[in-house]
Amino acid sequence: MTGEKLLSRRFGRADAHTLAAYREDGGYTAWPKARSLDPAAITEEVKKSNLRGLGGAGFPTGVKWSFIPKGHAGPVYLVVNADEGEPGTFKDRYLLERDPHALIEGMLIAARAVRSEKAFVYIRGEYVEPWRRFAGAVREAYEADYLGHGIDVVVHRGAGAYICGEETGLISSLEGKKGWPKLKPPFPAIKGAFGAPTIVNNVETLCHLPHIVNRGGEWFAGLGTKTQGGTRLYSVSGRVKRPAVYEASVAITLRQLIYDLAGGVTGNGRLKAVVPGGSSAAILKADEIDVTMDVDGLRNAGTMAGSAGVIVMDETASIPEALMVLARFYAHESCGQCTPCRESTGWIYRMTERIVEGRGRKEDLDTILDVSRRGAGTTICAFFDGAVGPYISYIEKFRDEFEALIA
Amino acid sequence: MPRLTINGQPVEVAPGTNLIEAARAVGVDIPHYCYHPGLSIAGQCRLCMVDIDKAPRPTVACNTVAAEGMVVMTETPRVLEARRSMMEFHLINHPLDCPVCDQAGECWLQIYYMKHGLYEPRMVDEKVHKPKAVPLGEHVVLDAERCILCSRCVRFCDEVTGTGELGIFHRGDHSEVGLFPGRPLANQYTGNLNDICPVGALTDRDFRFRVRVWYLDSAKSICPGCARGCNIDVHVNHRRPHHNEGRRVARLKPRFNAEVNRWWMCDAGRYGFEFVDDASRLDTPLRRQQGGQEPAGWDEALAAVTDVLASTAPDEIGVIASPRMANEDLFALRRLLGRLGIHRVGFAVPPAAPGDEDALLIRADKNPNTRGAELIGLDGDVVAILKAARDGRLRLLWVFAHDLFASAWPDAPVRAALTSVPTLIWSGTNANATSALAYWVLPAAAWVERDGTFTNFEGRVQRFRTAVAPLGEARPEWDVIGRISEMLGEPVQGTRAEHWFRALAAAVPAFAGLTYQNLGDAGRTIRARALPAQSVLGEVSEGAVAPPGRASDGAPSE
Repeated sequence: MTGEKLLSRRFGRADAHTLAAYREDGGYTAWPKARSLDPAAITEEVKKSNLRGLGGAGFPTGVKWSFIPKGHAGPVYLVVNADEGEPGTFKDRYLLERDPHALIEGMLIAARAVRSEKAFVYIRGEYVEPWRRFAGAVREAYEADYLGHGIDVVVHRGAGAYICGEETGLISSLEGKKGWPKLKPPFPAIKGAFGAPTIVNNVETLCHLPHIVNRGGEWFAGLGTKTQGGTRLYSVSGRVKRPAVYEASVAITLRQLIYDLAGGVTGNGRLKAVVPGGSSAAILKADEIDVTMDVDGLRNAGTMAGSAGVIVMDETASIPEALMVLARFYAHESCGQCTPCRESTGWIYRMTERIVEGRGRKEDLDTILDVSRRGAGTTICAFFDGAVGPYISYIEKFRDEFEALIA
Repeated sequence: MPRLTINGQPVEVAPGTNLIEAARAVGVDIPHYCYHPGLSIAGQCRLCMVDIDKAPRPTVACNTVAAEGMVVMTETPRVLEARRSMMEFHLINHPLDCPVCDQAGECWLQIYYMKHGLYEPRMVDEKVHKPKAVPLGEHVVLDAERCILCSRCVRFCDEVTGTGELGIFHRGDHSEVGLFPGRPLANQYTGNLNDICPVGALTDRDFRFRVRVWYLDSAKSICPGCARGCNIDVHVNHRRPHHNEGRRVARLKPRFNAEVNRWWMCDAGRYGFEFVDDASRLDTPLRRQQGGQEPAGWDEALAAVTDVLASTAPDEIGVIASPRMANEDLFALRRLLGRLGIHRVGFAVPPAAPGDEDALLIRADKNPNTRGAELIGLDGDVVAILKAARDGRLRLLWVFAHDLFASAWPDAPVRAALTSVPTLIWSGTNANATSALAYWVLPAAAWVERDGTFTNFEGRVQRFRTAVAPLGEARPEWDVIGRISEMLGEPVQGTRAEHWFRALAAAVPAFAGLTYQNLGDAGRTIRARALPAQSVLGEVSEGAVAPPGRASDGAPSE
């Protein structure tokens, strides 16, 4: 059911992060192949693979690459988004710690495809061990001459802000500025880091590239659904018997993930709700989990695949409290740049807190819903739209729980 | 040139024009806070939402460039709804201190709230509290609670002055503007921060709580602080004279002129108007008596000055004009000197310390009309005049505006020169060490008390207008000089500054064709090349010859 492991097949090996082990396991065989290919041919293969961005947005990777202006003179940058910060998501951490050379090989391939000679890897500041492992792998790759000849890598540690995982916020931070998202247009592929065309890709997305180059885009596409190829890593946490990072096809259902891979619901054993794609995803009720985990499948179910951070709640969970915790997170992490997000995340948090503490007012729930809808789609980046996912779905699907606290 | 329609009105704009400016071109105001035409686009306030045909939702006008065929609507129901929402968000944490906020009457939070607000507050929780009344540098005070985080002030320091003292710290609704640790707000343009703050967050330490803005009247003027000639508005307080500690001029604000100062002015100019209502102002003519100077009437003073001018040989008269005088005054003086055949004339006096200068607005020459004085032909050697005075070759010395003791020259030879002439006349606005030695002191109206023009360093002739009445009996120099000319037998030259400007335009080729009307509010640049002083003088009057060459910077004793 779960099929072949691509990304996680080496997670069990203790020395998997070393160059020697990576080579032993067949690593760095895709890169020589990619180097012999025309950059446009690599992009075509990736388009064929139906690989979609696995950081959260789910945008087709090959299409994104093709936005780099043709014949651009001057630098093009590849930026690796390793600022994994969505609550419930911890899969990139595994890749950085346990298979860093796979990321480096993926970066080499992507850099060739977009004709970039310099890549920046922006690693979440709190990820100390992943950073150590990855920086060590970069050293090895330089020593082994994979890096340094046509592609240089700069490893940059963030200072710890969720918004720096948003691609333009990440670029601002990388440029040495406050991690505020940038106005679009221009999009990063036209004018990104340091004013140059820039492709920002997630760690997991890039780790797929060696497999796509080695085995072909069509093979990869065949592993998934019609509109999304391959497997992906699911960070499963909460009330499950075996919380862990699992790899499976994007065609797996949420039910299979929870019950077959993660061993089912712990606690009182009765599933109440699941967040399928990181904290920004709209919550699903227990009877809504027969959905496939691909981008379009979950979108059709009114939620999103996001970063595939699956948070499972059993019936002992308090949805209002869960929303308050998330609301506090979004209020704390809103960068403060644009008005609707800056002001309403704090306001909504204060309302949820009041409700949980028994000081809620009847109109609070509708105010939260109204404020969420008014603010959605009005901001510079997608942060607030992400926060709206839980604000609206938690209240709409579990309104009686909130009302019970207010009454 | 993209052509588009805004609210059904067709408009053609320059490529790259954003929708706020395109709408402005057809008289449509799109509300905004963070957008300022002199700063980069931030897109933070999210207030300038408009509907664009076929777009799924309203979009910000500031970051949308006008495109061919675009159909823009600024008043659709969903745009109005979006504005109401943004206003609600803006006000969630804004303190309700409107009655005591000194921005009252000039606050765009208030103005837009009245136009677009939601009116029914839904926020019942405690607001986020932030620091209040924090001094930022010499001229700016911050109330962080009132700040709507539009970042105009931050961008100004980053982009206009390039000094980058300000940042926005913390995140979410705890974000606040502040100085980077250990860095003072120390640029030369900090007053502009108060101008560009759209709400009451940054207010002027000099102006705040002195007078409410709705009591102020305004006159278009030119800053006299340096040779740049920044366009300004003079705000005066006629209606509440007991406010503002009796100061009539409440404040100066920059007035947009694309060619001169754009939206800005420097602090030195902005706060340099204290002399207008200073205790040192001269409000009546003074005559030296034993033991000091006593008030005298204008009739007596003018008669005496006319008499001494007429009875002294032209070669024994020296005149030190001032580049602080208006073109009209300088021309009136030139006429008088020509009539009398006085040739010992100059205006350039080096300051004690060289003026600072920068690449933005500030000019080293702290006089507003050096170029005008040159073009009108009053350029001569002041050192030679003072030397002649000290040597006993002058019987009359008339000094305008200068305090020669504040010059680069040593005091002793200056004092020797000033005390060696039997009659020292001094004209100007404020008493100083030079005026204290004068036999006659003729009080002059300050620039805000009269009309006139200055010619800036680029040769731009710009009008300033009366904002307040002259203090006491002070009069513009053109008036004083004109009256003396009349008493010397000249027909009446002019009873208004404008008459003198017409005469100037008729007589001095560089000013040919200029009128107050065609100068307009923005002024006009004349061919900046100065004609030789002699030829100008020749046209003005027969027989007068100005000495060639500029004043030297050397001390008169050398």
